[in-house]
Amino acid sequence: MARDSQAALVALNRFGFGARGGASGDFNNAASDPRGFVVADLSRPNGALLEVPGLLSTPELGKQVFDYQFEVQQARNAARAAQSTASETPPATDARPVERRNLSLPSAAKAIAGNDSPMQAQTADDAKAATAPGATMQPPANSPRPPAEPPNIIQKTFRAEALARLQRGVAAECGFVERLVVFWSNHFCISANKGALARMWSGSFEREAIRPHVLGRFADMLKAVEQHPAMLFFLDNQQSLGPDSRAGLNRKRGLNENLAREIMELHTLGVGGGYSQDDVTSFARIITGWTFAGRNGRLGPPGSFVFNANAHQPGAQQVLGKTYAQEGIAQGEAVLADIARHPSTAKFIAAKFARHFVADDPPPALVAKLQDAFTKTGGDLRALAVALVESGEAWQAPLTKMRSPYEFLIASGRLLARNPEDPGRYLGGLNLLGQPLWSPAGPNGFPDTSAAWAAPEGMKLRLDISAQLAAQIGDRLDSRDLLALVAGDAASPETRRTIERAESRQQALALLLMAPEFQRR
Amino acid sequence: MVCCESLTMQPTSRRALLLGGASFAAWAYLPKFARAADDRDPRFIVIILRGALDGLATVAPVGDPDYAGLHGAIALRPDGPNAAVMLDTFFGLHPAMPEFARMYRAKQAAVVHAVATSYRDRSHFDGQDVLESGFPGPGRVQSGWLNRALEALPKGERVVSALAVGPTAPLVLRGAAPTVGWAPTALPQAADDTAMRLFELYQHRDPALASALTQGLQLEKQARGEDMKPKPGAGGAAAMRLVARGAAKLMAADDGPRIGALAFDGWDTHANEGGPVGRLAQLLGGLDGALAEFESGLGARWRDTVIVVATEFGRTARINGTSGTDHGTGTIALLAGGAVNGGRMLTDWPGLKPANLYQARDLAPTTDLRAVIKGVLHDQFGIGERVLADAVFPDSAPVKPMKGLVV
Repeated sequence: MARDSQAALVALNRFGFGARGGASGDFNNAASDPRGFVVADLSRPNGALLEVPGLLSTPELGKQVFDYQFEVQQARNAARAAQSTASETPPATDARPVERRNLSLPSAAKAIAGNDSPMQAQTADDAKAATAPGATMQPPANSPRPPAEPPNIIQKTFRAEALARLQRGVAAECGFVERLVVFWSNHFCISANKGALARMWSGSFEREAIRPHVLGRFADMLKAVEQHPAMLFFLDNQQSLGPDSRAGLNRKRGLNENLAREIMELHTLGVGGGYSQDDVTSFARIITGWTFAGRNGRLGPPGSFVFNANAHQPGAQQVLGKTYAQEGIAQGEAVLADIARHPSTAKFIAAKFARHFVADDPPPALVAKLQDAFTKTGGDLRALAVALVESGEAWQAPLTKMRSPYEFLIASGRLLARNPEDPGRYLGGLNLLGQPLWSPAGPNGFPDTSAAWAAPEGMKLRLDISAQLAAQIGDRLDSRDLLALVAGDAASPETRRTIERAESRQQALALLLMAPEFQRR
Repeated sequence: MVCCESLTMQPTSRRALLLGGASFAAWAYLPKFARAADDRDPRFIVIILRGALDGLATVAPVGDPDYAGLHGAIALRPDGPNAAVMLDTFFGLHPAMPEFARMYRAKQAAVVHAVATSYRDRSHFDGQDVLESGFPGPGRVQSGWLNRALEALPKGERVVSALAVGPTAPLVLRGAAPTVGWAPTALPQAADDTAMRLFELYQHRDPALASALTQGLQLEKQARGEDMKPKPGAGGAAAMRLVARGAAKLMAADDGPRIGALAFDGWDTHANEGGPVGRLAQLLGGLDGALAEFESGLGARWRDTVIVVATEFGRTARINGTSGTDHGTGTIALLAGGAVNGGRMLTDWPGLKPANLYQARDLAPTTDLRAVIKGVLHDQFGIGERVLADAVFPDSAPVKPMKGLVV
């Protein structure tokens, strides 16, 4: 097959994470068979799974958090007992205005992290654990806190999970499967900022609920996600009780419709997908009892998904005009199975998929093809991915999308052939560029438009990051060679000239990393 | 990969601000509406609270006989510890907002209650689209009402100072009228020469990136030297104050922007919302601090300023099963600033009896938020009713601008 450099750019950048440097030969391989290069990524057995020694299961991680929180709580109680014997006068009146003018770190962090369980974030250390996405939270030299504090189990786990994901992204051959993982992980996002459990579970959630299904069935991924403790915690379902359930009557608490609404609005049908407020409320009743076992293990192994019949709203419910009379967990599973194959879901997923990979306003013909593939195969996500790669539109549409910060940093790591050994620098870069790992601002995930990532301060920050990286390692690299690895013959004459005329190797590398060929996909 | 080395050493990253979910953006032109006649140089700031603020928990109708029952354990009380600050005999302000209470007493702040946009469903994202786009329904995300209001104003000099934190300008300020942004960071700057070379490359190959980059560079230059460093570990409430402080500093300058927008995230209090203390209280404290930062930072210009605080919709009148509130309808809008005709509760109170609730669950809206904003835009900048009804808030002619909001 003739070499096609422009198609190689599409294969590497639109579908993958960019060409790897060194002797990978990625650009040449992609140029000689662009489609084959992408499709090959789909045929590696278990290629989406991430099994790394030391990464634990969700229940194992849950147990570690519970134990850690218990210790913190004990220490706090002990400290409080000591304090209350030491000071007799309650500091009620003098503290208030001061507190408001100058909120303390733990309280502010807690407010944003949304730590709502009384088990969490009761101490400064714990609050920090709940919000710190890695090395950027190292105490500064002038911190009043002792700077030598070792990272706690939550920080350590988050960093280990992040590192495993980063290494996979940097090393992957084409990276199409990893791109699919990132897409689905953002579609079914949780936020580590929700609290200690969410931070602890953000990696295991992706490994257990997303990765096994990115080339499987949408319905299976949906079920795995909505029954995963991390999602139940993120969208408050572990707190939702059927108003007429035994627990609801005893504890005079009731429904929380957060998860039910976001499943319909964000995970499946989409806004305008034909559901009503009544459907949301009924569905919320149906999934009462979907929770995870707590520290005491009364309902099951701590940190595992359980169905708590005591919290489940009894009786039949109507959703989208259909009556669900099943008992127990089967009722909610039946609803999930139905909305997974609802036409609105196929439409919503097809449009979002095309928008992510091809264009902010994707060609309608492409969206129709994807919707058709999704519907005809009963939501087979491998078939969806293949339909995208086999479409003409995905190869013809100009490369107008902007690489997200994550894609940009991973692509840089790949080109420079540097296997990450410490996640801190990546995590710091992601924070700075507005895409903190596993921590979007809301359940709708990170934005997926070019405008979102090509904002003025974002471009300035990318340049600063590129310049700093180049200052550190650029003297050992020839960016003219790197440009050939990135874009081959498809590099524009202007980019080539800009790099050739750079005043130093460092400057040349910074310019290469910022070139349209490297930023657009 | 070796990047962002300094971030591992310094806490002054954008992280805190992003965690706080705070952002600000401003118009790129100096408008020509400084009113020489009475030495007025109006400022207008919109603060969007994303996630849906519980208006009944912020300005509580403690005089309504049904309020305490509905809001249950998290209801504010007129007396006792952490009592609400009574604004009149009926409404009490959340105790986490002493600065707003002070402004209210000084007649520089007002509350609009039982207010809502035209949106009547309960999706955050659609609700924010309507709130910020100014269109009657969702899905119109190309431009915001504030941007279209700017287009109606006569252009003046180009401003190169403004501040934006967050990946994009909020929708309310997005559109044809150019806006600008900047983010404080601890990262070493790329050399000017490198930036210029890149700019030239973009000019030839990618004009959109050229425009974004040049704006980013100009703003950085302008704001460099500002005291924008967050306190170590600052998050949440502190981030709100920080963004407001930076915005106020830039907007106070004679050649600074006159019109800006901020967005604060995190108001979606489904569980354990908290009453006088707790999660919502922390957020309100941050908002209160941000208003105080504007007051002190704008200095002499505070007297020409109107700040409007608005949210996409309210929350259920009755607390849910998890001591929080779910998505609702009617809520509050706050006005603050020296130019506000304040010290007033502006409401046509619908009552909280079951029959009076919207769909038997939410505070029924009796005031259209667009009327409030139209009133401010008209009084502050002289934007005509026709433009407001057609261009700024399309298809809104029946919604008349509220009169007398500005001194």
